[in-house]
Amino acid sequence: MPNSWNRRDFLKLSLAAGAASGLSFTPPAAAADNTPKKGGHLKLGIDGAATTDVLDPASWISSYMMVVGCAWGDTLVRTDPVSGKAIPGLAESWESADKSSRWIFTLRKGVQFHNGQALTAEDVVKTLSRHRDPKFRSGVIAYLSSISTVTSDGDKITITLNESNVDFPLVLSLWNLQIQPGGGYENPNAGIGTGPYRIVKFEAGVYTQLEKNPHDWDSSRGNVASAEVIAINDASSRVAALSTGKVHFISGLSPKIVALLKSGPVTIYNTPGRGHYTLPMMVNTPPFDNNDLRLALKLAIDRQQILDRVLGGYGSLGNDFPVNSAYPLFPADIPQRQYDADQAAFHFKKSGYSGPIVLDVAEGVFPGAVDAATLFQLSAQKAGIKIDIRRQPDDGYWNNVWRNKPFCVSSWGTRLTQDLIYSLELGPSSASNETNFANPQFASLLKLARAEEDEAKRRTLYHDIALIVRDEGGTLLPVFNNYLNASSNKLQGYIEDVGNDLSNGHVISRVWLNN
Amino acid sequence: MKSLIARGVRSTAPRHPLARAIIHRLLLAVILLWGVSLLIFAAVNALPGDFAAASLGRAATPEAIASIRQSLGLDKPLVTRYLLWMLQIFKGDFGLSWASQQPVSAQLGHRLLNSLWLAGAAALLAIPVALLGGLFAVRYLHRLPDRVITLVSLIILSLPEFLIGYLLIQVLVLHVGVSTFPSTIYDGMSLPDRLSALLLPVLTLAIAVLANMLRSARSALMSVTSTPWMETARLKGLPPLRILWRHAAPNAISPVLTVIAMNLAGLIVGAMIIEVIFVYPGVGQYMVDAVTVRDIPVVQACGLVFAAVYILLNLLVDMLAMAANPRLRFPR
Repeated sequence: MPNSWNRRDFLKLSLAAGAASGLSFTPPAAAADNTPKKGGHLKLGIDGAATTDVLDPASWISSYMMVVGCAWGDTLVRTDPVSGKAIPGLAESWESADKSSRWIFTLRKGVQFHNGQALTAEDVVKTLSRHRDPKFRSGVIAYLSSISTVTSDGDKITITLNESNVDFPLVLSLWNLQIQPGGGYENPNAGIGTGPYRIVKFEAGVYTQLEKNPHDWDSSRGNVASAEVIAINDASSRVAALSTGKVHFISGLSPKIVALLKSGPVTIYNTPGRGHYTLPMMVNTPPFDNNDLRLALKLAIDRQQILDRVLGGYGSLGNDFPVNSAYPLFPADIPQRQYDADQAAFHFKKSGYSGPIVLDVAEGVFPGAVDAATLFQLSAQKAGIKIDIRRQPDDGYWNNVWRNKPFCVSSWGTRLTQDLIYSLELGPSSASNETNFANPQFASLLKLARAEEDEAKRRTLYHDIALIVRDEGGTLLPVFNNYLNASSNKLQGYIEDVGNDLSNGHVISRVWLNN
Repeated sequence: MKSLIARGVRSTAPRHPLARAIIHRLLLAVILLWGVSLLIFAAVNALPGDFAAASLGRAATPEAIASIRQSLGLDKPLVTRYLLWMLQIFKGDFGLSWASQQPVSAQLGHRLLNSLWLAGAAALLAIPVALLGGLFAVRYLHRLPDRVITLVSLIILSLPEFLIGYLLIQVLVLHVGVSTFPSTIYDGMSLPDRLSALLLPVLTLAIAVLANMLRSARSALMSVTSTPWMETARLKGLPPLRILWRHAAPNAISPVLTVIAMNLAGLIVGAMIIEVIFVYPGVGQYMVDAVTVRDIPVVQACGLVFAAVYILLNLLVDMLAMAANPRLRFPR
């Protein structure tokens, strides 16, 4: 590791700096203040890129395109990095009517696109209608299904929903919903938005060059003068690139490597997130249609062991419902389910089932998926439950295994609200309802919570929902995973955002480089 | 009588044997490519899952999948789709990538050029070293130089490519700090910058293929040196290196060329792992990404182009072998 020459380098640099400024007695610590420095060329090594990537926001699913997209685009609504609540973006304010089923947004004035065109309410309307049109295959179309009409009048945009939803503004902060001139109908891949950086060059799966947008409406962001997002999909190569100072920031650090990097001149960002791993059991398929059997399996998994061994401790325990403290209104008082071989054996016996349980696993679902399955197999064995692990190929897993096999592994990213993650992962009409969960009480409580404007009442509702899912659902949720990123010490100002990985995608416009 | 036989022989022998052989082989290559196109088409369509499902991922609904399938023509029968594809290729067009909606030809051409750079540089480095190494080993057969060369090449052969790559990063980038990493190639990059970026992947690939070529050169030379006429050459008292160079090498070149060609083709189209490690935008990564999302026009075009690369290189090898050894120009 380059510790020695880096330190020497640093000394040389600080001596030079000292000589230049005549302040050689200034301790280096004083340099690391919190005033953002302007300028510099930022280089990032980000994973998840593919040669099939395009600049059309409708198609984005990977972290690489999130970072690029949040640099050149803006959404109507943004989220607060600490509370996760909706804050103004291109909309400077909003209000609701008709029990939160009609929302009126007021557009920010004086904003212009990178091509000089002024932002109008019509651009917003068209952007939303493009994402709602199945022809454009938008990845967020499901989130917009409750919209019935979108209209504009001057600088007002009115969105009518077919149900009440107090969290609706948050939906408009989805990073696919970057506002494009003319909605992007003419050229979805133009990469023209109102964001803090302009696209200079985009080569799919290779690199993206960005330069500061001189007409940015938000002066509080965008410190570096230019940035380069290099697609580095190999984890070891990302670490090598950071260690040698070729990039300032890398994404997707594997837990195993953190210990090695810690000794070097780098900063590790260990950000608690909302992403989680699950082992979904289909509640309508034998033997998983028996709640005692499901409880037996939930009790037979050693969560702490999986957290320690598979995630290296970089995560938190799951409690069999897909919400943790990173979500607002998290029900913190529900007791943590623990590994209990005796209780597991009791429920297994009570279920009347005695055969082996087949678990379908592919390594690519989440890093360490097969290890987690093997640990589960061992801990279940102690409860007298035999688990047969069936290895599946990564390729085509989400089409052929997930939602097809009654017991497999799965992983979930972050969602904006409790309502969205419950609706998506367990909602009766969701195409991603991986456990085929269809509990009428759950469905009606979820609908009530969505429309409830009183926060205390919503909190109670989400508490009850969590209990139903935890004790009756088919979701076995052992752990929530943290986001692990790293930067050189030269990079400052990284905000660990509760919303999503990579400072909720805004890493480029939030950090600065010290000399 | 004598003249008759002579005339008879001349009439069955072609006038331009090399040209005829080339045309013959080119025709065969076209038929071969057509066969390959059938195989590729069948294989691509036998893949489980399709673009509609893969691109929608976990947000797929039956209606959305059906609408995409229809818009891409995936609902048409297989034979129709194959014929449409063939028709397109005869027009010299690989169509649009489903994922990026960009012309495949331009994307593939761009990446193929990068791969050719990489493979060319690696071959320039590896081939002379391999041939000289092989020659040297046979010159000192079963003596210390031969044993060292054999041991080193066996060690390299048993190291996976990616490990060689990581070792080079460890040494050249982390400790010595001489090389550019990652090896991303930009448009409008100056030649020195480009060569500096190429250094690591080229070195890795050259080392990886070197051992294989060297060992085949050594064994081919060895089998020639054990022939009676080589014995004669030695008994005549010719110097050993001259025997190897002038007499053994031309007769041993054919099998060595075949191995070189196969390695070269592998360098062009099969450097996927090296591309990922060094972040080099080559053609391997392009195809693998396309397979992942079932971007069929890209997968098919890549398959066809890769097959053409193999066929052309084989053709080239045969031509070179014929040029080196006149006996091969008259197929019996």
